[in-house]
Amino acid sequence: MQAFVDGLIAGGAVPASVPAWLAYLGAMLAFGGVVVFGFVLPVAGITTWVERRIMGRMQSRIGPNRTGPIGFLQWLADGIKNVLKEDIVPTAADAPLFKLAPYVVMTGFVGTFAALPFSSALIVADLNVGILYVTAVTALVVVGILMAGWASNNKWSLLGGVRSAAQIVSYEIPAGLSIFPIVLLTGSLSMQAIIARQGWAPWQWNLFENPFTFVAFFVFFVSALAEGNRTPFDLPEAESELVAGFATEYSGMRNLLFFMAEWGNLYVIGAIATTLFLGGWRIPWALEDAPVLRAALELATFFVKAYVVGVLLPIWLRWTLPRIRVDQMMTMCWKYLVPVAFADLLGAAGWMVAFPAGVPAVRAALAALAGGFVVLFLWRVRFHIRNARLTRRDLSFNPLSTARVPG
Amino acid sequence: MAALEAAAIHAQLRRRFGDAVGDLAGTGRDASTTVGAATFPEVCRFLKTEPALAFDCLSNLSGVDYPKRSVIQVVYHLFSYRHRHWIVLKVDAGRDDPVVPTVSHLWSHADWQEREVFDLLGVTFDGHPDLRRILMPEDWPGHPLRKDFVEPEEYHGIVTSRESLLKA
Amino acid sequence: MSLTGFEVEVQREVNGALATEDMTLSMGPQHPSTHGVLRFVVRADGEVMKEAIPDIGYLHRSIEKIAEKVGWHGFIPYTDRVDYVAAMFCNHGWAMAVEKLAGIEVPRRAEYCRVIADELCRIHSHLLSVGSMAMDIGAFTPFTHAIREREYLNDLFEELCGARLTFHYMRIGGVGWDLPPGWTEKVLRFLDRFEPIIEEYDRLISYNKIYAERLAGVAVITAEEAVDYNLVGPNLRGSGVRYDVRRDEPYSVYPELEFDVPVGRGEMGTVGDCFDRYIVRMREMQQSCRILRQCLARLPEGPVIAKVPRNLKPPAGDCYVRLESARGDMGWYVVSDGTAFPYRCKIRTGSFAAISIVPKVSRNLMIADLIAVIASLDLVAPEIDR
Repeated sequence: MQAFVDGLIAGGAVPASVPAWLAYLGAMLAFGGVVVFGFVLPVAGITTWVERRIMGRMQSRIGPNRTGPIGFLQWLADGIKNVLKEDIVPTAADAPLFKLAPYVVMTGFVGTFAALPFSSALIVADLNVGILYVTAVTALVVVGILMAGWASNNKWSLLGGVRSAAQIVSYEIPAGLSIFPIVLLTGSLSMQAIIARQGWAPWQWNLFENPFTFVAFFVFFVSALAEGNRTPFDLPEAESELVAGFATEYSGMRNLLFFMAEWGNLYVIGAIATTLFLGGWRIPWALEDAPVLRAALELATFFVKAYVVGVLLPIWLRWTLPRIRVDQMMTMCWKYLVPVAFADLLGAAGWMVAFPAGVPAVRAALAALAGGFVVLFLWRVRFHIRNARLTRRDLSFNPLSTARVPG
Repeated sequence: MAALEAAAIHAQLRRRFGDAVGDLAGTGRDASTTVGAATFPEVCRFLKTEPALAFDCLSNLSGVDYPKRSVIQVVYHLFSYRHRHWIVLKVDAGRDDPVVPTVSHLWSHADWQEREVFDLLGVTFDGHPDLRRILMPEDWPGHPLRKDFVEPEEYHGIVTSRESLLKA
Repeated sequence: MSLTGFEVEVQREVNGALATEDMTLSMGPQHPSTHGVLRFVVRADGEVMKEAIPDIGYLHRSIEKIAEKVGWHGFIPYTDRVDYVAAMFCNHGWAMAVEKLAGIEVPRRAEYCRVIADELCRIHSHLLSVGSMAMDIGAFTPFTHAIREREYLNDLFEELCGARLTFHYMRIGGVGWDLPPGWTEKVLRFLDRFEPIIEEYDRLISYNKIYAERLAGVAVITAEEAVDYNLVGPNLRGSGVRYDVRRDEPYSVYPELEFDVPVGRGEMGTVGDCFDRYIVRMREMQQSCRILRQCLARLPEGPVIAKVPRNLKPPAGDCYVRLESARGDMGWYVVSDGTAFPYRCKIRTGSFAAISIVPKVSRNLMIADLIAVIASLDLVAPEIDR
């Protein structure tokens, strides 16, 4: 970003009277604004629509299909509806805290985008402590949720807030520990440096670097699901237990902000996982002389990876799995994930000492294993879909119809 | 697993408790006998603990108001899962101040059933650990299943009746 | 100098006793998981419940009092409302009680119609029970799949008797209408579709690791406790007591039919835990399908209702009938004084007994477990309060 602004100054696009630091600041704020309003909010909104459509299909119903083509504008309609709704602050609530809480959550979510890369050139700020910054800012969400739970002056909200605090604080540890093997490998905390170390092809990804990074990915993914309050770890807002958890007393726009942060967080999870393990924005071609095409391709690559891992996979899990219990959640974190993550970190360090250059055979084997698993999975999906078609050819069966069923 | 006929059960009760146990009335599953309130807890204890009888389940407990006889009759349907046999006990209580000894210490199910009979018919179960209204509001006047119960005109300002819409 | 609240707290801590306090939660009457208007007063230490006291009566509609006012025939529509999730059984129970009092012989075809309607209604009710149980544990998808199948049943009922929830199908002496033409084939087609789907549910949710872990070993009710609290139906059988009114105190045409009585076997944890009560319902749906196939194959010809006087006056006396409703053994104690109006009608329902055991089994469970307990006992608020 700095180089880009330097170029602008040299080219005379910025008046000479403007000091350089102001130009940098202005450029960063402008790009930040573009990211938030042009990317983050639409992604969070469209994700709600995607989730509802996928959920509908999984539950053998249709999902939103009235607003716009195949219901695509539903997220806008919902947004407008929520903005127009009355903003209720309960009399007994701690009003200033109650009003502030959604913004804290939103800040924690939007703040991460400052360090998230979109392509080799597009990043608001390539901090040298990028990944550390992202983990730290994400933790701000818990403050907001706890604030909401406390300020609502509702016992269900309080329980939700406390659950959330316990959950996020606990799962920060395995999540943080599972990032370390990658940091060790790269020798840097910068997001761009981590991506630059990887290649475009799957066997060049950090995921398959050695068995320990492979395990770290799964530890990270599970912990990130828990941090994002996603099923099976959606205890803070467990509808059947705590009504709506910390968001019980919220209405209108403030409620929407919570849910935007939740849906948007999915993309953040995916983006971090993509950066750390899945090769980030790396594409096979250098394209030195076509920077715009290159940026577009890199952006698309990164977005697709992040969306599949961070959004589609959790949506699929959410509508498949039940919710675990508080004690089970804590057991899982402290008795399984934390020790595994520690052992994994030591193993990764040991592996780096033993094989400083990496072992190509192990890389290939791991990549083949994962590839085989994906193929097997797709084959099972195909099998089940065909099987379902064969045994239940009358999915539109209606007992009231008098038409004979063929066969 | 020797299911006894109601007559045999009744004969055992007669042998043990004499005239406190009334005659057997009705047939089959509905064969019933009246028991005096004084000996009633002993009869129940005997029915539950005697191995040949082993009535381990209180299937039903209900009350019926008989203003003509000026009694409220509490009816106990006892069943034995072990032997698969039945007996029905009926206890009469004076209508003015109906008191029947509790059996909630013998069958836990009786706890709530007795509360229901207390709530709806006003029978006091002597020795019940927690005799409160269960279905009706705490401050409801009277006991609705009594035959002479008159519905109050209003409850906390809520009118309980309305004009029929069918009237011209 | 007086101390303010915070300073008092600090003072207490300084004096060595950290002040702690139990939290009292009012779960309900409006809560997503209490299935109707039920209320539990929960005393909790954080997430752990010390006790959960049920508070019922929010749905009391004085149905037993209404019975004394509306006459023998006129009470049937009210029985639908006793348990509107499984209304057919309440129709059946009332009809059986009055027939026993008045000595009315029910035609065989009517008995078959009743059993067919009952068993469809059992599937109808169990689908809602297992579906909402999965939803309470946090899995939403199985619920929609259960409701999808239930919708077909609703359609079948609508064709049978014009209603989808409160059926008013049975009459004293028989049933209101004969089966519509072509209806039996539709039921068969439904069964062909539905039987594989039960296995699909098992694959989808029943043996899901998280689901089983949430239910296994939670709120164990021993066989003795179950009998002592008069738990009935799937709750009793979940505790390992092999007792089913249809088999052990046969009524209607059940003696002629072949079916198994599934009981809890402690597959995932202990006999009598939430999982056993759940899985018994799944197995019962399979048995209901079996009964339905037999009934449809043997359906005799003939009238569907006996000649019953319009102005029915059963002779004075009392009777107690029991039938196996979806929530188990349902008892009807009916007293007649020989007039055109019932003298007293007492309905003893399964949920009433089941909710009375909640304080006992819910001690020292997590709040999330209370939801599982409520769902596994299949508490239906209208049936508790009547």
